[in-house]
Amino acid sequence: MTSTVEAGSLDIATLRRQFPLLGQTSHGRRLVYLDSAASSQRPRAVLEAMDHYYETTHANVHRGVYAIAEEATRQFEAARHATGRFINAPHPSTEIVFTKNATEALNLVAHSYGRHLLPEGKAILLTELEHHANLVPWLMLAAERGTELRYIPVGDDYRLELSDLDRLIDGVGLVGVSCMSNVLGTINDLGPIVAAAHAEGAVVVADGSQIVPHRPVDVRALGVDFLAFTGHKMLGPTGIGVLWGREELLDRMPPFLGGGEMIRDVRLDGFVPNDLPWKFEAGTPPIAEAVGLHAAVGFLEAVGMERIAAHEVELTSRAIELLTARHGDDLRIFGPPADPKGRGGVLSLGFRDIHAHDLAQILDAEGICVRAGHHCAKPLMRRLGVTATARASFYLYNGEDDIAALSDALEVAAAFFG
Amino acid sequence: MAGLEDLYREIILDHYRSPRNRGELEVPPAHRVEGFNPLCGDEVVVYLEVNDGVVTDLRVSGQGCSISQSSASMMSASVKGRPVGEARKLIRSFKAMMSIHEHTLGGDEAEDHEEAETVNPEDLGELAALQGVVKFPVRIKCATLSWNTLAQGLDEIAAGVQPGG
Repeated sequence: MTSTVEAGSLDIATLRRQFPLLGQTSHGRRLVYLDSAASSQRPRAVLEAMDHYYETTHANVHRGVYAIAEEATRQFEAARHATGRFINAPHPSTEIVFTKNATEALNLVAHSYGRHLLPEGKAILLTELEHHANLVPWLMLAAERGTELRYIPVGDDYRLELSDLDRLIDGVGLVGVSCMSNVLGTINDLGPIVAAAHAEGAVVVADGSQIVPHRPVDVRALGVDFLAFTGHKMLGPTGIGVLWGREELLDRMPPFLGGGEMIRDVRLDGFVPNDLPWKFEAGTPPIAEAVGLHAAVGFLEAVGMERIAAHEVELTSRAIELLTARHGDDLRIFGPPADPKGRGGVLSLGFRDIHAHDLAQILDAEGICVRAGHHCAKPLMRRLGVTATARASFYLYNGEDDIAALSDALEVAAAFFG
Repeated sequence: MAGLEDLYREIILDHYRSPRNRGELEVPPAHRVEGFNPLCGDEVVVYLEVNDGVVTDLRVSGQGCSISQSSASMMSASVKGRPVGEARKLIRSFKAMMSIHEHTLGGDEAEDHEEAETVNPEDLGELAALQGVVKFPVRIKCATLSWNTLAQGLDEIAAGVQPGG
């Protein structure tokens, strides 16, 4: 097999050296990390930014008048601004809400918009390929309010089946849709969905967890009303997620969690909420995590999101080509064929009749990290007719040597389970 | 570091490839009980027939990884034909063997294994082959799935839950 680490226009060897974890071995072998769709690794620049913040600056934000508190506040708000700019938010300083993760961001919308601004009697339209994070908050809302839930089906081509959209959208007040499936790699064309939703007067909540780390995202071009994503999938730390929402919507929404920071005034018989975006940030926020996310955004921008996207498109296409050529009918890939615009770097695999857990266990012994299971998308797994898949996912630090290692390890698994 | 051979013992692979007591039983008279592993989506369905305090017949269906399927197969082979009391003792013994990590992983079992009467691991026969699973903590739930399901079934029968309920 080829051992080149070049793919696209990225210098993978140099990039990898900036990720300390990727220099490790696992079971005596080079650690091959193919699980960035679950969580990415982080470059030294992010780790150092967070260390530097804690070593020189830390104090609580928006509270102290002393120098380091002022500086901590400045850095926290600078992170907000950079994150907003990264997705071309019209008003970064008011429209970016920091949460714990993308799940909390989606729950925020379900609670605050769903329970207070979604008109009674209006239905919610979701899709069959959603992650549980964009299903369960709406199922909870539906259980509470009796809201009707509808689903855009997934076709046999692993893409959303939009032929029935006109009927599905009728009477809908909110649409929840993922920008990219974490199981199939399918990148959804949100254009027709957003147009139909807005024509119906519905808002669109997009789960951007899988797309924001991997493709240039412009919320103005996307046209959605809310976008949720998370820091740890885009080279940043765990513990910080992001909700972007249109200012006029966020402004009308009541607070989600109550506590310090989110209030302007509190009396014993009531409170006045703070301005945007702090209205939605109760308690001490993830300050060092915001600083880390800022560094991650800086790293991604320095490499270039267009280049990262091109690299992953090429790597995904090579992976499908090489794996299919070598393993033929033994290998099943649950997802659309290579397609620059319509497919991201996530390969859900079925190999022979080896269960995904067993396959992942053999791959682990070969130093390869893949995710095995239902990927928090059980309705989609039922649609696919499987209980679990083994999923390999790519990021900017993956190269063709990783694909070769995966391919070799599949042969080991085949020999093991005979 | 534990090797794959600790996990995938030959006898385990044998039960995986040729599962014993695979299938279904008519409900009623049999009692049907389902178990799920929420982490991986594995599912096991156990059909139980208990007459005069003896597990007279038992079948297993469902799908899952080699560990969950072979453990279910071994469970069926060791429990079938035994008095319910012995089956419960076996469940306790098996879970005690698997409990080292299940507790530290925040497992859902709160029962006190030390107090209960159990069988020595040496006396577990081929079930002891699954002992290597404890070196792979995330797989423990795969191994215990069918045993927890069996325990639930025996409890339901004891509580007089309608067959098939």
